[in-house]
Amino acid sequence: MSREEVFEKLNEVFRDVFDDEEIIVTDATTADDIEDWDSLEHINLLAAVEQEFGMKFNMGQVVSMKNVGEMADIIISQIG
Amino acid sequence: MKELEYPFDSEYVLKKSKKIKRQLLEEGGNFLSKKIAVLGGSTTHDIIRTLEVFLLNQGIQPVFYESEYAQYWQDAMFDNPELVNFAPDMIYIHTSNRNITGYPSVTDKAEQIDALLEEQYEHFRVMWDKLAEQYHCPVIQNNFEYPFYRILGNQEAVYLQGRISFINRLNEKLYQYAREHDNFYIHDINYIAAVYGLDKWSDPFYWHMYKYAMCMQAIPEFAYNLSNIIKSVFGKNKKSLVLDLDNTLWGGIVGDDGVESLEIGQETSMGQVYSEFQGYVKAQKDIGVMLNIASKNEYDNAVAGLNHPDGILKPEDFILIKANWEPKSRNIVEIASEMDILPDSLVFVDDNPAEREIVSTQVQGVSVPAIGMPEQYIRVLDHSGFFEVTKLSEDDTKRNEMYQANVKRKQQQQSFGDYREYLLSLDMKGTIKPFEAIYMARIAQLTNKSNQFNLTTRRYTQSDVEQFADSTDYITRYGKLEDKFGDNGVVSVVIGRKGSMTDVSVYQTGERVTSSSESNVLHLELWLMSCRVLKRDMEYAMMDSVVEACKECGIGTIMGYYYPTAKNAMVKEFYAAMGFKKVREVEDISTVWQFDIPAEYAKKNTVISVNG
Repeated sequence: MSREEVFEKLNEVFRDVFDDEEIIVTDATTADDIEDWDSLEHINLLAAVEQEFGMKFNMGQVVSMKNVGEMADIIISQIG
Repeated sequence: MKELEYPFDSEYVLKKSKKIKRQLLEEGGNFLSKKIAVLGGSTTHDIIRTLEVFLLNQGIQPVFYESEYAQYWQDAMFDNPELVNFAPDMIYIHTSNRNITGYPSVTDKAEQIDALLEEQYEHFRVMWDKLAEQYHCPVIQNNFEYPFYRILGNQEAVYLQGRISFINRLNEKLYQYAREHDNFYIHDINYIAAVYGLDKWSDPFYWHMYKYAMCMQAIPEFAYNLSNIIKSVFGKNKKSLVLDLDNTLWGGIVGDDGVESLEIGQETSMGQVYSEFQGYVKAQKDIGVMLNIASKNEYDNAVAGLNHPDGILKPEDFILIKANWEPKSRNIVEIASEMDILPDSLVFVDDNPAEREIVSTQVQGVSVPAIGMPEQYIRVLDHSGFFEVTKLSEDDTKRNEMYQANVKRKQQQQSFGDYREYLLSLDMKGTIKPFEAIYMARIAQLTNKSNQFNLTTRRYTQSDVEQFADSTDYITRYGKLEDKFGDNGVVSVVIGRKGSMTDVSVYQTGERVTSSSESNVLHLELWLMSCRVLKRDMEYAMMDSVVEACKECGIGTIMGYYYPTAKNAMVKEFYAAMGFKKVREVEDISTVWQFDIPAEYAKKNTVISVNG
């Protein structure tokens, strides 16, 4: 899956989870950029991302992930 | 909403809960609004979020109080003005085995373990007692789920030192408390965790990362199970199963194959599956679920099939057997109307997806589970929780008999020319008295379940009901009715508050008065009756008793209020029939009725022998 395709799917997941059709995520997007994205919603977001891509984040990755770009990197490294 | 009916897609519910909530609220409907305090021993955010959509789908619109992280005990035990102001209708304590603060060590002696067990239990018991005393509302408490590892391996449950042994013993103490206290309900997460799969459920990632007691993906099933207890306590259980016959209660088609070829009984594997299902349905009857049949069949063939020697269900287990060639939607509407219940208290069980589709689109409110293959019927029905048991009353276990007696009464009615003559022939005996301790649970249940013959539709918990009974400000009456066909149990409830004429300005808005300077007027805050005793003159007997009670304490005027809802149009003119005069009308909110007790009051009931 190309990076563009990963981002396309991520956009859909973000829109579903935050129920906002206008969201467009980029490499630099962080929780500060999306109003409802707090530490609690983060849990649901990661679960939805895992489901979408059929992969699992480990604890180390969750703790160190800084922005959507890093999230995409982890996804790509796991699904090959 | 189909997406929220068992078996649902948990990941979809988790991902889309915000959209689902928006849709449910947009669809509107008549929500019962309830304040629920969630006191957590771990993170509760996503639990509340998913619980909310399941409750909305069950017709309950919750407002939540959420304790700060893991502050369940502090919130309950210490001064908490925020929670007091919130005035919860229900408190849910979300704890898990992560909240057990001490386990036995392998070197502990039996007495030390007993002491530790007592210590862990007391921590909870004092909290439940305190909550009951302070909030007088139903409390739901999780039991403890099994730990995900076993130091003592397969002997973990055998040795007192094992954690499973410790949890089993602790849980048993919880159950004991639940058996001894009304208004206290166990949420069996140990069972739900087992159903889900303990390893997945207790994935330590979710505890260490987010302090969730279970994995994220298990939350919808968990919340659904919890929502079933809540809707049951608030009177939203279903009442009746409407079952298809061919390929639902037995394998094969009785009209084509003949009774002798049906698959039922121990001879074949499929026969065994249907037998187990019939046994399950029969057990539902024992907990008060009313059984009916809607089948496309010749009536005689349907009855012949039910008389199969290896069948467990027999024709007499059913209240109504609708076996004909009419559309099932029509039969279901008729079943509801003949039983005097609403279609939304029915669950339709049919193996044929096309029939299910027709019924769910044609009859508003009927539950139509996708029951799957025969070997899945029991699981789907059972986990759906349509008939979630919270209190098992004698009334529940006798309900089928009572409704069957009703059907017999209707048949007899047709043989009488004069209605009064018919009523007299029923040989009715009524008991109408102030609330008594043994009936408090049933009275509270009625206030939550009665929708049609209910003038004000006020919902009360058992502790509310007990408080009215204890207070001298109130006149309370329950009515029980027996006749030659059987005992109907407690079927009518009236609650009146003593006050003054000026209180009308409060009652006409739908509110209640909490203190009044005078007590020469009785305001009827609640008047309800179970529809199974409609047209039996029980309401007149209740009126007579209320009038008598008023005369005894010098009250000369009774004020009645009718608050319209989507379901109670049948009692719109009830007070007129009781001899009240309409004195005021607030559009869409209330009509106000007045009855001045005459010096010579002639009893209205002449067919029921009361308190004889």
